[in-house]
Amino acid sequence: MKQLLILSGKGGTGKTTVASALIKLSKARAYADCDVDAPNLHLITEQISSPKRRDYYGMDKAKINTELCIQCDRCRQHCRFDAITLDEYYKVDEFACEGCGVCELVCPTKAVSLYPAVAGDLMLYQSDDKAFSTAQLKMGSGTSGMLVTEVKKQMKSAVESAPLAIIDGSPGIGCPVIASLSGVDMVLIVAEPSVSGISDMERIIKTADKFGIEVVVCTNKFDTNIAKSRQIMQYCNENEIPFAGEIPFDDDAVQAINGGMTIVDVECKSGLAVKKVYQNVMVHLFKDGGYGN
Amino acid sequence: MKIAVLSGKGGTGKTLISVNLAEAAGSSTYIDCDVEEPNGHLFLKPEDVKTEEVAVLIPHVDNDICDGCRKCVDFCRFNALAHINDKLIIFDDICHSCGGCVIVCPKGALVEQEKVVGKIEIGNSNQVEVRSGILNTGEPSGVPIINRLQDGDISATNDMIFVDCPPGSACVVMDSIKDADYCVLVAEPTVFGVHNLNMVYELVELFEKPFGVVLNKSINGENPAEQFCIDRNIKILGKIPFDTELGEISSNAKIAVRESKKYRDLFSSLLDTLKREVAYETTSNS
Repeated sequence: MKQLLILSGKGGTGKTTVASALIKLSKARAYADCDVDAPNLHLITEQISSPKRRDYYGMDKAKINTELCIQCDRCRQHCRFDAITLDEYYKVDEFACEGCGVCELVCPTKAVSLYPAVAGDLMLYQSDDKAFSTAQLKMGSGTSGMLVTEVKKQMKSAVESAPLAIIDGSPGIGCPVIASLSGVDMVLIVAEPSVSGISDMERIIKTADKFGIEVVVCTNKFDTNIAKSRQIMQYCNENEIPFAGEIPFDDDAVQAINGGMTIVDVECKSGLAVKKVYQNVMVHLFKDGGYGN
Repeated sequence: MKIAVLSGKGGTGKTLISVNLAEAAGSSTYIDCDVEEPNGHLFLKPEDVKTEEVAVLIPHVDNDICDGCRKCVDFCRFNALAHINDKLIIFDDICHSCGGCVIVCPKGALVEQEKVVGKIEIGNSNQVEVRSGILNTGEPSGVPIINRLQDGDISATNDMIFVDCPPGSACVVMDSIKDADYCVLVAEPTVFGVHNLNMVYELVELFEKPFGVVLNKSINGENPAEQFCIDRNIKILGKIPFDTELGEISSNAKIAVRESKKYRDLFSSLLDTLKREVAYETTSNS
């Protein structure tokens, strides 16, 4: 299974818009939304079934049995996450607790214990030969990287025979992005022609590079700043990064998305442009052959 | 008065709004907590920048002392240690710096050393004090940098503090809003925008933060984000129209308030509304 991951560094450049179009065009049988803190792909992909939902357990959380607690303060002193507070009793702030277990280790009276905590929802939409894996992290939770890994695992085991998987990623360069990079064959970066967009693109390219993953770039809304769009192409040229094409700003794209459709479901200029991007990406991804379309 | 600007979705205009509010406020502090992709400094171009490295503590092993008992390996819930071929190996990238392995080691073979994960930069742009956090590429967590940015000993002397948050609703956002007096949620008029607005709405409710919404990229006609606010009786602080001129100013990293009176008036009036709301919330809660 070849895995293509869509990233951008900056948010709102059009990752999900492009990912949903590529899923449609490639007739991908495996796809996933790894933006677990703000998932959107399910809003515009066809519902192939009703989802199978299961709880996702992240790290355990600590709790303190106040009857056994002798208020020695050791747990509070040793907690590196400021998760233990004292009012009348010692208690654990479940949002700050990272589940490391140091409080349990240092407690002399076994008043601290760790318990499994639900940190999100995993969803799998599946039909005979297709699978869409997605998840929603619980508010304020800190284990998004682990959940991303689960989303990808769930997708792979559901349709092992699929030749291509398309994965929508999250903004940023931190833990969920690093988790989503693991095991993918190529990253498509959706760049935005702005000072911020270019700075963020450079940081995500550096990140993908550190993990040794091949990168291709496309520019979305290229006509909103032609000079910056040129700069993106020039950057790719200078750094020998394949450039897959440019997509124009398009009012019809917003309309399509708001109607729950992808930009290749309606006739529009951004849809036409993304087809070229798709063809170029496929050429790079399957340069050793292997994909029918 | 600390105001956090957030939105579940990326690219809705958090940086645009927080940078321009800070500029409209005159003497103020702007803190960029989006340490993975910090952009505020590209707009504000601060001068006299002072840099400070941010480090976390990572264990190091003395393999001559380590007798291979594996107590640390068994203890570490993040699987950041492994004992392979008679050697203890530490995976820096997944270590959470809890310090447990050092406590549990019976031989004293582990000591903690600092590892730099990024930096903070503090400078000035006109009357705006600019604080940015920058995570090194390849590092998983910006939380230590976000905490350092908001630490007491470097806290601002200015009354108005604007915190530009990262996108999403996970731990990094929670850490960015934890000391905020008021939250500004930025929403764009798309189904994605509304879906993610709902998430940050739940987040600020969960943390019992007073909040209001700014509708960015507003177009005439139906606005699903506006309807969302009306249905839930959420305060709409203001609307910023969809405007190619403003888009161009932003994409070139210029500050709209500095560019024209039109935008100065727009953001000054948003700031006035915001100040009134914050004052109202603080008096009604005290």
